[in-house]
Amino acid sequence: MNPEVEVAPVLEEAVIQRTLGAALRTGGDFAEVFVEDKRSSSAMFDDGRVEELSSGRDRGAGIRVVVGDTTGFAHTADLSEGGLRSAAEAAAAAARGGGGGVRTVELTRQETTPPNPVGVYPESVGKGTKVELLRRADEAARSEGGSIKQVRARYGDSRRQILVANSDGLLAGDDQVRTLFVVSTVAFGDTGMQTGYESVGRTVGFELFDTYEVEDIARTSARRAITKLDARPAPSGTLPVVIGPGGGGVLFHEACGHGLEKDLVDKGASVFKGRMGQQVASPLVTLVDDGTMAEEWGAYGIDDEGTPAQRNVLIQDGVLTDYMWDFLRSRKAGRQLSGNGRRQSYQHLPMVRMTNTYMLGGKDDPASIVASTENGVYVSHLGGGQVNTASGDFVFGMTEAYLIEDGKITDPIREGNLIGNGPKVLTEIDAVGNDFAMGSPGMCGKDGQGVPVGDGVPTLRVQALTVGGTAA
Amino acid sequence: MSSGSGDLYDVADLVVGAAEGSEQVEAYVTHSRETQIRVYEGEVEQLSVAETLGVGVRIVRDGRQGFAYCGTFDADSVREAVADARDNAAFAEPDEFAGVGSPDSVEPADLDLWRSELLDVPTDRKVAIAVELEQAVRAADGRITGVESCDYGDTAGEVVVATSTGIRRSARTTGSQLIAFALADDGDAGSSQTGFGFSLGRTFDDLDVGVAAGDAARRATRMLGATKPKSDRLTVVLDPWVSAQLLGIVAGTLSAEEVVKGRSLFAERVGEEVAMPAFTLVEDATDARSWGATPIDDEGLATRRVPLISGGVLDGFVHSTWTARRMGTASTGSAVRGGFKSTPNADCRSVSLVPGSVGPEELIAGIDDGILVQEVSGLHSGVNPVSGDLSTGAEGLRIRGGAVAEPLREFTLASTLQRLLHDVVAIGSDLTWLPMSAAGLTLVIADVSISGQ
Repeated sequence: MNPEVEVAPVLEEAVIQRTLGAALRTGGDFAEVFVEDKRSSSAMFDDGRVEELSSGRDRGAGIRVVVGDTTGFAHTADLSEGGLRSAAEAAAAAARGGGGGVRTVELTRQETTPPNPVGVYPESVGKGTKVELLRRADEAARSEGGSIKQVRARYGDSRRQILVANSDGLLAGDDQVRTLFVVSTVAFGDTGMQTGYESVGRTVGFELFDTYEVEDIARTSARRAITKLDARPAPSGTLPVVIGPGGGGVLFHEACGHGLEKDLVDKGASVFKGRMGQQVASPLVTLVDDGTMAEEWGAYGIDDEGTPAQRNVLIQDGVLTDYMWDFLRSRKAGRQLSGNGRRQSYQHLPMVRMTNTYMLGGKDDPASIVASTENGVYVSHLGGGQVNTASGDFVFGMTEAYLIEDGKITDPIREGNLIGNGPKVLTEIDAVGNDFAMGSPGMCGKDGQGVPVGDGVPTLRVQALTVGGTAA
Repeated sequence: MSSGSGDLYDVADLVVGAAEGSEQVEAYVTHSRETQIRVYEGEVEQLSVAETLGVGVRIVRDGRQGFAYCGTFDADSVREAVADARDNAAFAEPDEFAGVGSPDSVEPADLDLWRSELLDVPTDRKVAIAVELEQAVRAADGRITGVESCDYGDTAGEVVVATSTGIRRSARTTGSQLIAFALADDGDAGSSQTGFGFSLGRTFDDLDVGVAAGDAARRATRMLGATKPKSDRLTVVLDPWVSAQLLGIVAGTLSAEEVVKGRSLFAERVGEEVAMPAFTLVEDATDARSWGATPIDDEGLATRRVPLISGGVLDGFVHSTWTARRMGTASTGSAVRGGFKSTPNADCRSVSLVPGSVGPEELIAGIDDGILVQEVSGLHSGVNPVSGDLSTGAEGLRIRGGAVAEPLREFTLASTLQRLLHDVVAIGSDLTWLPMSAAGLTLVIADVSISGQ
């Protein structure tokens, strides 16, 4: 244990009790205090030099009060008892409760099991050491070839300590440490400029760099940019698409992940509404959302409503088995909590969110999946995506992709989007490899809030996806 | 919590007053008050009232830049941020062009962006207008099955920028908005469709429930029964909502920061024809109609009109203090930050294309075979502003014989940014200010790749 490490945001239990009491004074059915103390630091290398180091602290509390179906919310950066009381009163007023009374909440501390221990807390590592990683990455990327004209490398870490207390008597805390390293490159050739990108992010401390060499991250980024200098225009039209291991998890995140979030389902904004127990995907598909997955980017001990992270099977052998839930919806339905209530910061209300969402590996040999595809596209790395959960239509970007011609991976193709319809694509997965891997760290946006998520897939083939290129 | 830019100046002065020796110090201090209301089935689902404070501290010492922030005006926390920024600076590498802004001769425009009456509107009226919007959406069309979300929001934000080099300025803006996402279904098995509608204002009385509800219902219902088109090369008509998103990406490539760092496809092309001859693009944050309007940039310099492309010829780029020094020119007052937690970059905030003389109906009437594109998706994943490769998911209506026909969905548009600017064949007269960095208008573009069936 590092001596510089401070313990979780300390608020006396009595203060929390009195704050919950103030929140319930107008007759709320439920009240919650969420306290956050997050320290972040980053270092940026760009254009051949260490450009800037940045650090900051976000510290405050968000308080919500629920009256019937109405939630009132207020937040404050003032963690004194007076500051908390003012926020509690504002949240209670916002919830528009009627008469109330005095209620006392007995708090019971819940033990939190972190997904993994943290080896080296980021604040215990000197800034000079962090900066040195950036220089090494720049050098490694440029050593990949003279066509690499620009390198941007970013190191980032955060330590987020949270405490959740609610009127059901819950008191729980977590200490979430994340470390990220990103390298973006630009290659220049006869065909113009192309970009490469690679990132590694884990819910761990500085020991990340015992597992990952920054040179490898940099070289992967540079290689992606250089490869695309020779890329042909992407095809235009509907083709079989083989997605490589790890790099394609965003497919499920967009094709069905968001549609399985219970808040969207409840409002009729999901194509998966009313389909529980039905076959919604190929029997080859088993989809899991797992916040306990050690070291993964979307892992944590408790969610932002105090519920321990869990492993939830959403689709089993193609059959829809569960949605993802937040605390209030689970509580109302009288069902088990799923641990998917997350928020960007203490300034936000929690929502149903994914954690690490992945498809389990299958039986097929990855090489034979490619060999049995006559003509198509092989995508080894996907960028971001977007989905309309009501219609199920989604897109995602290919950042590294190749043509498949006569069962062989051939020329690289330029960047573009793939477009498909979630429910249709799920049923059209006809081959699943035995090479499951997790992918790159992601930042998932929903209703204006971003949270870290992970994803993963084995090699898989979709019989038909629309490839948004320009080549006939 | 007290308010007013007086407090912000006090915090900024505390930061700037901490400058040591020859170092340069910049304080970026923000204070915003927000109300967010979401209604569902006639009741308030969420109501949040918030006040957010922020302080960003940039220190440049011997050409080395460090930055730190805190989310409070508490003096000890602010002093800690100053100390952290100074310590961070020690680990950056020296850059002769690094520095905070310096006063120049341009005075900030007198813009009417603040309506104090918004702060006095009672919460009940805000709830009532959101409920009214939800009812109006549900009543607008028999095929509307519900709303996914129906929100009222307002914000009153103030910012102070002060530097040890003598800048000491403030700006403040208010804004209010209504936005609804409607769900529509015509009974066919299969998918529902969604559509959004919004109304924006500087104050409460600017909001128009009818516009927001009508747009949401129209956008949700127009895609019912949509099919996937065949792959083809066609003329596409981009509506203002779509063109604004693409013009915003073009504007981003005209940041001098991207240019000097070798990431802009328009570097080295000043004076060359980069677009069709009627294409004239201007950045102007002093235009009060723009939702990005502000009298000062995020380094405290006056914003000003910056010609970017005139008659298809590239004029130049938008500059921050750093890019201007590096390229041997003057800042264009175009420093933009993501918020108090980040340092400024050169970027556009209020770009618009000089409109043409013909309205959208007349433009469509001249097209025999094409697609009116009303929504795009995956711009962040499908447009690479460095290579110029462009591929985006799209929805819209078929144009046949000069008239709009059946709805189309689940297809992509592809081209490159370079080609697209030359392939514009007509620019509409319908300039529309939207809540993004560019205004939109109807754009007709020839020979675009459509991927579908």
